[in-house]
Amino acid sequence: MFARGLKRKSAEDAEDADGGGAGVPAAPSYTLQRQSLLDMSLVKLQLCHMLVEPNLCRSVLIANTVRQIQEEMTQDGTWRVVAPQAAGRAPLDRLVSTEILCRSGREQEGEGDGPLPDPAPGQAPRRPQSSPWGLDGSREGRGGFQKSLDHIFETLENKTPGSVEELFSDVDSSYYDLDAVLTGMVGGTPSGPGLPAFAPAAAAPPSSTCRSDLGELEHAVEILVET
Amino acid sequence: MPAAEADKRARGIGALAQDTLWCFSQVKGTIEIGATEADIISTVEFNHTGELLATGDKGGRVVIFQREQESKNQVHRRGEYNVYSTFQSHEPEFDYLKSLEIEEKINKIRWLPQQNAAYFLLSTNDKTVKLWKVSERDKRPEGYNLKDEEGRLRDPATITTLRVPVLRPMDLMVEATPRRVFANAHTYHINSISVNSDYETYMSADDLRINLWNFEITNQSFNIVDIKPANMEELTEVITAAEFHPHHCNTFVYSSSKGTIRLCDMRASALCDRHTKFFEEPEDPSNRSFFSEIISSISDVKFSHSGRYIMTRDYLTVKVWDLNMENRPIETYQVHDYLRSKLCSLYENDCIFDKFECVWNGSDSVIMTGSYNNFFRMFDRNTKRDVTLEASRENSKPRAILKPRKVCVGGKRRKDEISVDSLDFSKKILHTAWHPSENIIAVAATNNLYIFQDKVN
Repeated sequence: MFARGLKRKSAEDAEDADGGGAGVPAAPSYTLQRQSLLDMSLVKLQLCHMLVEPNLCRSVLIANTVRQIQEEMTQDGTWRVVAPQAAGRAPLDRLVSTEILCRSGREQEGEGDGPLPDPAPGQAPRRPQSSPWGLDGSREGRGGFQKSLDHIFETLENKTPGSVEELFSDVDSSYYDLDAVLTGMVGGTPSGPGLPAFAPAAAAPPSSTCRSDLGELEHAVEILVET
Repeated sequence: MPAAEADKRARGIGALAQDTLWCFSQVKGTIEIGATEADIISTVEFNHTGELLATGDKGGRVVIFQREQESKNQVHRRGEYNVYSTFQSHEPEFDYLKSLEIEEKINKIRWLPQQNAAYFLLSTNDKTVKLWKVSERDKRPEGYNLKDEEGRLRDPATITTLRVPVLRPMDLMVEATPRRVFANAHTYHINSISVNSDYETYMSADDLRINLWNFEITNQSFNIVDIKPANMEELTEVITAAEFHPHHCNTFVYSSSKGTIRLCDMRASALCDRHTKFFEEPEDPSNRSFFSEIISSISDVKFSHSGRYIMTRDYLTVKVWDLNMENRPIETYQVHDYLRSKLCSLYENDCIFDKFECVWNGSDSVIMTGSYNNFFRMFDRNTKRDVTLEASRENSKPRAILKPRKVCVGGKRRKDEISVDSLDFSKKILHTAWHPSENIIAVAATNNLYIFQDKVN
């Protein structure tokens, strides 16, 4: 089921399954490889492309891959918190490493200690420390991202089925209405302040669902998958 | 050794005498290793006669090459392409609402058929399509009454006689002017533009929507496809490419990230959400992996010149479909199947998301697409033979015949073969073009444009 020739990831996370055509890996190795793929995919979704809007096609394909893995793990019954004894540092490392990647990409300040200290086994860090953008979700896309990032960590902690959808559920809707109005894509006169740049644009309204589209959840997905 | 012997060797073992031999013709671009990212070529397109060849790059520039008239004195040297016009098509922009840059990279160029002395092309970046007029000026008027030779205004009181201005020859000047700007109609990134066979309309497609434009109207467009779900949580599929049928102005196709192609008829309804035909190949269960969907995502779709077939490119294959058969392609060609065992690494380094294009030759008998290590592949649909060639400076002697390349997939590597692990994945051929009627191809290798021709005689 899994692709062959998995590149070696890190010592504690995956077996060395180097070389092409090594044959289907044994079951425990497959689980680790699948977990490694899940980690890689989540990192890819979170990698902060702050300057240019990231590729939606790529984000959708990665998100679909995450869903596939999640579905399979749900069927396996492995989509639960790994027993602390067996996992040891593994889940913590995963959370920490993902967070650090995003943290270094954003150059957050006030966290010169580097990686979070090792909490007691079985208890993962709940939230990153004192984010400069706060945790209440500002209007800025970045603040929204930080909040959603926390959500991802919490969700991974809880690991309930359908948690991927939960990631997209918490949203500041007024921000998106503003965006909807000013994007001008929906056609008709924007109800907000008339920006010359968005004066009569596409005249034919795409479909009746569009206005409601630009409501709550679109930007949540955009923030998550794009930033 | 005698020329005939060299030819035989170049053709490879077992090749028929009729196989095309490809020769290096020209290369454009710098040789420096540290060339800037702005020089990376992002699209290549011949015009309808093949007289002009346009390239767009990441820096938003368009460079047009023109084929020189063939000289009777040099029958062995077919017309070369020289720079005809260079202009800045798109500039970087900043979306202040999202705090994101809008890249100036030219995603696609499409030519309009020539209807007068000027040339017209469409160029697009992620958000804005522009219609450019490229025209020549080789005469200028002289002898104005109200202006002197330097252009300064003359005092009307000093004018005692009138004369008629005459046109005098001047050095040829090629100027490009933006005639239309089609903006603010795409929330998502434009991946395709296609000129309709009526020559009055064209379409632009982004990840979730396709818009139909009239060339004369820039402040309105019709939305003809919208696959954006009401709930963005449910988004699992995006549009990856779209093209009009070459002859039927009501018909177009678009491809998706799930490996499907939809053919739509604009006469059926204003919003073409219901397709007329749906092309999808059933999945091969033995090849199933977590990467199956990603590698099935179609990166390019092209109608044949005849309009009877469509060709699609996904990560590992090129497929030819008959418009009359929706349940599977009629031909499937493996581009680089040796990568199938490397998908995880290619996912890690993002190469698995590379979007390769594909092209037909003028007679629809051969198809071409790119690969890694500056390799590109051609498949002859009639002989069922294929060849791998390389665009590199080493093979760049004038009229040097390109030697077929081979990738070794395991076991003992022969002398001229290259092993899979030695392939350079940063050297990818994503964009190629084929002259509409002759065996001349343009291959974009990062910041260099190679032009190859078939061997004369």
